[in-house]
Amino acid sequence: MTSELDIFVGNTTLIDEDVYRLWLDGYSVSDAVALRVRSGILEQTGATAAVLQSDTMDHYRTFHMLERLLHAPPKLLHQLIFQIPPSRQALLIERYYAFDEAFVREVLGKKLSKGTKKDLDDISTKTGITLKSCRRQFDNFKRVFKVVEEMRGSLVDNIQQHFLLSDRLARDYAAIVFFANNRFETGKKKLQYLSFGDFAYCAELMIQNWTLGAVGEAPTHPDSQVDDMDVDLDKEFLQDLKELKMLVADKDLLDLHKSLVCTALRGKLGVFSEMEANFKNLSRGLVNVAAKLTHNKDVRDLFVDLVEKFVEPCRSDHWPLSDVRLFLNQYSASVHSLDGFRHQALWDRYMGTLRGCLLRLYHD
Amino acid sequence: MPGKLKVKIVAGRHLPVMDRASDLTDAFVEVKFGNTTFKTDVYLKSLNPQWNSEWFKFEVDDEDLQDEPLQITVLDHDTYSANDAIGKVYIDIDPLLYSEAATVISGWFPIYDTIHGIRGEINVVVKVDLFNDLNRFRQSSCGVKFFCTTSIPKCYRAVIIHGFVEELVVNEDPEYQWIDRIRTPRASNEARQRLISLMSGELQRKIGLKVLEMRGNAVVGYLQCFDLEGESGLVVRAIGTACTLDKLSSPAAFLPACSSPSKEMKEIPFNEDPNPNTHSSGPSTPLKNQTYSFSPSKSYSRQSSSSDTDLSLTPKTGMGSGSAGKEGGPFKALLRQQTQSALEQREFPFFTLTAFPPGFLVHVGGVVSARSVKLLDRIHNPDEPETRDAWWAEIRQEIKSHAKALGCHAVVGYSESTSICEEVCILSASGTAAVLNPRFLQDGTMEGCLEQRLEENLPAGCGFCHIPYDELNMPFPAHLTYCYNCRKQKVPDVLFTTIDLPIDATVIGKGCLIQARLCRLKKKAQAEANATAISNLLPFMEYEVHTQLMNKLKLKGMNALFGLRIQITVGENMLMGLASATGVYLAALPTPGGIQIAGKTPNDGSYEQHISHMQKKINDTIAKNKELYEISPPDISEEIIGSPIPEPRQRSRLLRSQSESSDEVTELDLSHGKKDAFVLEIDDTDAMEDVHSLLTDVPPPSGFYSCNTEIMPGINNWTSEIQMFTSVRVIRLSSLNLTNQALNKNFNDLCENLLKSLYFKLRSMIPCCLCHVNFTVSLPEDELIQVTVTAVAITFDKNQALQTAKTHVEKSLQRASTDNEELLQFPLELCSDSLPSHPFPPAKEHLESASSNSGIPAAQRAVTVEKASPMGEGNFRNRSTPPCANSTVGVVKMTPLSFIPGAKITKYLGIINMFFIRETTSLREEGGVSGFLHAFIAEVFAMVRAHVAALGGNAVVSYIMKQCVFMENPNKNQAQCLINVSGDAVVFVRESELEVVSTQQPTTNCPPSCAGGEVTT
Repeated sequence: MTSELDIFVGNTTLIDEDVYRLWLDGYSVSDAVALRVRSGILEQTGATAAVLQSDTMDHYRTFHMLERLLHAPPKLLHQLIFQIPPSRQALLIERYYAFDEAFVREVLGKKLSKGTKKDLDDISTKTGITLKSCRRQFDNFKRVFKVVEEMRGSLVDNIQQHFLLSDRLARDYAAIVFFANNRFETGKKKLQYLSFGDFAYCAELMIQNWTLGAVGEAPTHPDSQVDDMDVDLDKEFLQDLKELKMLVADKDLLDLHKSLVCTALRGKLGVFSEMEANFKNLSRGLVNVAAKLTHNKDVRDLFVDLVEKFVEPCRSDHWPLSDVRLFLNQYSASVHSLDGFRHQALWDRYMGTLRGCLLRLYHD
Repeated sequence: MPGKLKVKIVAGRHLPVMDRASDLTDAFVEVKFGNTTFKTDVYLKSLNPQWNSEWFKFEVDDEDLQDEPLQITVLDHDTYSANDAIGKVYIDIDPLLYSEAATVISGWFPIYDTIHGIRGEINVVVKVDLFNDLNRFRQSSCGVKFFCTTSIPKCYRAVIIHGFVEELVVNEDPEYQWIDRIRTPRASNEARQRLISLMSGELQRKIGLKVLEMRGNAVVGYLQCFDLEGESGLVVRAIGTACTLDKLSSPAAFLPACSSPSKEMKEIPFNEDPNPNTHSSGPSTPLKNQTYSFSPSKSYSRQSSSSDTDLSLTPKTGMGSGSAGKEGGPFKALLRQQTQSALEQREFPFFTLTAFPPGFLVHVGGVVSARSVKLLDRIHNPDEPETRDAWWAEIRQEIKSHAKALGCHAVVGYSESTSICEEVCILSASGTAAVLNPRFLQDGTMEGCLEQRLEENLPAGCGFCHIPYDELNMPFPAHLTYCYNCRKQKVPDVLFTTIDLPIDATVIGKGCLIQARLCRLKKKAQAEANATAISNLLPFMEYEVHTQLMNKLKLKGMNALFGLRIQITVGENMLMGLASATGVYLAALPTPGGIQIAGKTPNDGSYEQHISHMQKKINDTIAKNKELYEISPPDISEEIIGSPIPEPRQRSRLLRSQSESSDEVTELDLSHGKKDAFVLEIDDTDAMEDVHSLLTDVPPPSGFYSCNTEIMPGINNWTSEIQMFTSVRVIRLSSLNLTNQALNKNFNDLCENLLKSLYFKLRSMIPCCLCHVNFTVSLPEDELIQVTVTAVAITFDKNQALQTAKTHVEKSLQRASTDNEELLQFPLELCSDSLPSHPFPPAKEHLESASSNSGIPAAQRAVTVEKASPMGEGNFRNRSTPPCANSTVGVVKMTPLSFIPGAKITKYLGIINMFFIRETTSLREEGGVSGFLHAFIAEVFAMVRAHVAALGGNAVVSYIMKQCVFMENPNKNQAQCLINVSGDAVVFVRESELEVVSTQQPTTNCPPSCAGGEVTT
């Protein structure tokens, strides 16, 4: 006796959260059944393995049919075939677009292209995430990217509107899209200690302050880059950053800046002597990062540079985080007292964001 | 020209990409009704076209309106080649043809293609302007309401229950026409869908005509089936119960706060029947007079002798004592006469209802059934319905005579079914023989002193159990005792019925689903020989099914079966029998005796031991079941007269009638059994198997109950969470050395595993009950068994459920609701009372109000105005549909029950009767057979929901999947499936919302400006 056909269709589509998780994680039916057996469900319910097998198959079939709709979540809301309560729909979408930390760290900042897709095998082996799940996550990134890439308006809002994600997840996707678009390098060994959360935090700050959309008004040149205000960095701003170079190039200015900072921080900083000794190096590092951002290549290396030029030196001198905060605050604020420096607004736009990023990046 | 059909095509969405080059579609729509076709403009390059067409108007006869479906075809325009069809929508406009139902059909319909399934949606608005004509000889029956519900629909009151209506139409099956060889599968499927739709319409119209002839205005318990006979044709047949119904006005109007006199007046037109004769038919019918011109002698002969029935009764052995029920006797006889006369003029006193108004059912005799084996290739004139009509008439006659033999004049819970394999067809009919209260069968004129006395004498809760037949002349051996409830009348020890548990029945503990499953191998044979082989097997199968049921019932410690449905399915090389019923413990019936096992070879010591071991196991199971189902009847001292102490004797013999013709077997399930019937003799391995199989049935996991009736006895606190589902399983038997035992085991496992899967899947709903569990078995191929289950899971409140109702009378939900209705009936009766005293004859009044003549009283004119504008009910509908915050798709509930727990049905919008074919030539790509069928059933649900939503409803009640014919050819990568579903579209309001609505009632009369907006929502 073999089962040729075995189906269950409810007027309200049954969604088993545990099975959905297994399906999303890319397990085959037989693996999923084995995992469910191990969870002790048979003992709890008195069911047999055959029942579990049939149940798992049913759910997998349902998810497979739903997957097409999940690719365009508004369709899931308007379709008539599956009657699913709104709260369940939200859960389906949210879980489908959720991603693994380990995976996203591997592809963050990479071009979402066929080439990267070919590397998924390696990523799967490296992270222990099934290839199927890797593909889903990669395709999700790519799909969201394709839809919002050319769209005007707030990146987070666009993502939320077209994929009906929660605010939190939409922000994460905004970061992924932003990183993919600007191709920030995140995979270098010295960046390995950083989490996706760290990068997402930085991305949010950069979107808020460094993009065209951040200016909060129509772009100066009506024809340029109107479409992707939130995704691309403000080219003009990057160009202007060159002006900051005088902060380190002008010896007097640099000395003045140093003395201002040192005066203010004397006695307040545990690592004062180290700071005093390193000030010029640190300042040069931070200003040079800004000055180099006109080149795409250097934009990509932003995080590498920040870690190399600032995080690592401070860390090797064992600066506590509170001292880093005090230093950065003072370092940014003191520029306002430099009479010879005219680009105060530019400095604030640059340093405000950079300070936030650096503080987030500064940990072990 | 009595009708104008108006159709507007608004928009489409989610259309498939038809042009690969542009990834877009140039869609347009063809709207076809009868022979007239309109087209919309082509909406270029869009997957979400906005046609916003003009109103397409069809001027048609109401006959066509009833028969024809509206056919909407969405196509992709192609300049150089033929236009590609995207898909179709068939809309049954019948619900628009009677005034109380929907006024407009408007909404998103899935565009369906028989090869690709659902391909996007289309927004359509349909309206009908109907001009009443009073032509008596008309062929249409617009205005007759149809209900699938097998009880009086919740917001109606039965004035008269007229009785049985049936009709059958035949046509050539397009799949078997010569042209099928050259046309595409799609064309063939569409031809079939369209034909069945047409035939359904015609059938409904014809039945409607019969109802009008009987002066009724509605058909309740309407059951339509189609038989795919193959070469000999396609049969669509239907049965139902004609009634005259009165609409109970909307519940809000009854609340004292807002029931001003004018409100009550307003309800009158809604009660009004489209057929003007209904109300005046009462006093002057000749039927009433016949009631008394009845000869008692005739009645007596019917009671006492079986000579005028064509039954061959087995000798009565060991019959009970001669003590007749002294008090009950004369009344019973009188009542019988009355009822009989009321039913006499009916050819078939059958009722498809399974639940009845209180007091309708007087006595229940037992299950009557008849089967007949026919050869389809012997039909002389296959295109005409005569032969099939004659077959069914024969079977119905058989049923009627069986009922008579049980001292009953009516059959309730009546249903008919067929099973076809190649050229062999088994026709089956079954029902419950009963004695009915004549009050409902004609007008209220029968209510005399007699009835009052009867009612005094019939204690509530046990009357229906009392035997209707003459105890001296029992048609079969049965064991009678005095009723455990009233101690006055005799009752059988076991009662089998096909109806739902009567509301007033006193039940102890909870009920449970009981199934008997059976397979019998049969040699492959041709024609006559095949039919004979089947005919010979049938009685044995019925006997065994019956024995199994009885044993399982005993094992559960229960004494009555409700909702019994025995299905016999014929295949190439086997016969399958599946009986489902809900077992209960009726307080009026005696405590069932246990099951005793007797060995054949008493000398063998180890054998003896084995037997006693088995006996112990059985006794344990019974004890466990009693605890599980909370069966603890009050101890009654054994003072029963005429009950011999049970002794181990032979198995009870099942009585059956067999007619002469060789190709026909009919059977009568009369054996109510005796206590001594429950001695199982283990004389061979077969019997051993039987005992084993008895013990292998696993009870549902804790927190789960199941039944195949509407209501689970003993559970009364349902919550509003319901989940309707369909589950299908097909197993392939290993063809090697198939024996009956192996087959039985396979089948048993299939059913048990299916149930186990259901319990597992629905575990999140615990505590819950699977209600109306409906199993259907088919044998699509030699080695395939297909089981289809549709049921609804309803959760209940555990805290209250735990309060065991020991000797306390059941207060089931249904009862509570009828209590409500009784309360609600009060103002209604005021209305109906006021009607006869109305100065105008109803017909005239109707005409006048329609033309809003100045001669009508002011109050009434107001009514007509309100009726004409959809505003009043539109508002109501708005409110009743739960707002969906995030989703644009409204929730439509589906349930096989006639009610929705925790809610009140406020309106019936019409019958849903849909037939779909789905075919694929890429089975593997669609996920194999499971993927294919899973998607198809989900699509069918979606299409049902969309139609209900378009009618303005939010639920389907009495939903049933009547057919699910699945055929596969994996080698060719092909599969085909036909599904037929039906139900009643309704509007319901949550009981919690009801109060809100009623307090807001005065605001309903808002300016008409808000009416327009509603229509398009």
